[in-house]
Amino acid sequence: MRSDFAKGILHGIPIALGYLSVSFGFGITAVRAGLSVAAAVGISASNLTSAGQAAGVEIIAAGGTLIEMALTQLIINLRYSLMGLSLSQKLDRSFTTPHRLLASFGITDEIFAVAAAQPGRIKPLYMYGLILISFIGWTGGTLLGAAAGQALPQMFTSAMGILLYGMFIAIIIPPSRKSRSIFGAVLIAALISLLFKYVLTGVSVGFAIIISASIAAAVMAVIAPIDDEDDEEDEVKEA
Amino acid sequence: MSIGIYIAVMAGVTYLIRMLPFTLFKSKIKSKFLRSFLKYIPYTVLSAMTFPAIFYSTGNVITATAGTIAALITAFFGLPLIVVAVAAAGTALVAGLFL
Repeated sequence: MRSDFAKGILHGIPIALGYLSVSFGFGITAVRAGLSVAAAVGISASNLTSAGQAAGVEIIAAGGTLIEMALTQLIINLRYSLMGLSLSQKLDRSFTTPHRLLASFGITDEIFAVAAAQPGRIKPLYMYGLILISFIGWTGGTLLGAAAGQALPQMFTSAMGILLYGMFIAIIIPPSRKSRSIFGAVLIAALISLLFKYVLTGVSVGFAIIISASIAAAVMAVIAPIDDEDDEEDEVKEA
Repeated sequence: MSIGIYIAVMAGVTYLIRMLPFTLFKSKIKSKFLRSFLKYIPYTVLSAMTFPAIFYSTGNVITATAGTIAALITAFFGLPLIVVAVAAAGTALVAGLFL
């Protein structure tokens, strides 16, 4: 049997490749905003998040207050709380408090999505594998972008902007084909999100995501509650 | 203000947001509604993040739409994550050549 760690690394390779290109863009942006290469890499290594970091660099460049910084991070990254809560229901018994304290650092949209899509319970080593390879991709890409970003033709860097969204689509479409209720949830979330983008434009991006996702999940949880008998099923699949 | 303090605040807030729910919830949630809600959340969060942001992800709505269509088709046939992602970026790149 392949070890959980190696499995995590393997599952994390697409994330790492996607991160490498996105964080390359972040590195370019950070240096353009006047940050040093070391500061750009330091931010990526300590935050491991895309939207929050981009907003953070804007605040630093504008000389914003620390309260503004804290509030912005709270709002943009609040979705990680929901993800952490969701993942906490799927953890293996070997996931003790020290493991949780360490692994929670690595809850990102993509790591969460891949981990949540796994059949069975999640083990600490699997999470560490996923997180480690993604972390290397994210900080490595930032370093490359910050140090050498200007050299690449703009055509390539713009096309790379779609990589991560492509990955999101790869995660949500196959289950939507199998389950009508998941498709419904995906559709409602997208529609509300469009509403925030084009009609209720006063709401910040972070809040718009949280509200859209929560309403869609709540509506579907009422209309089509998921029968939770798959816990035994999970144990079997695991074995 | 020192940039180190900014980074520390960013990283500290972000870590606490991730750590608290993940670490504190050890027991199985009893409410069927809440359990269902949490099972839908991964899909709704990703959907809300993707739409409509994906159409602006390349800086050009036309190339991004071409990339989105490529992603939807490859994902529909259940191809691996990296294939879908690269198909989206490759299509956007090629579409850009014709503009």
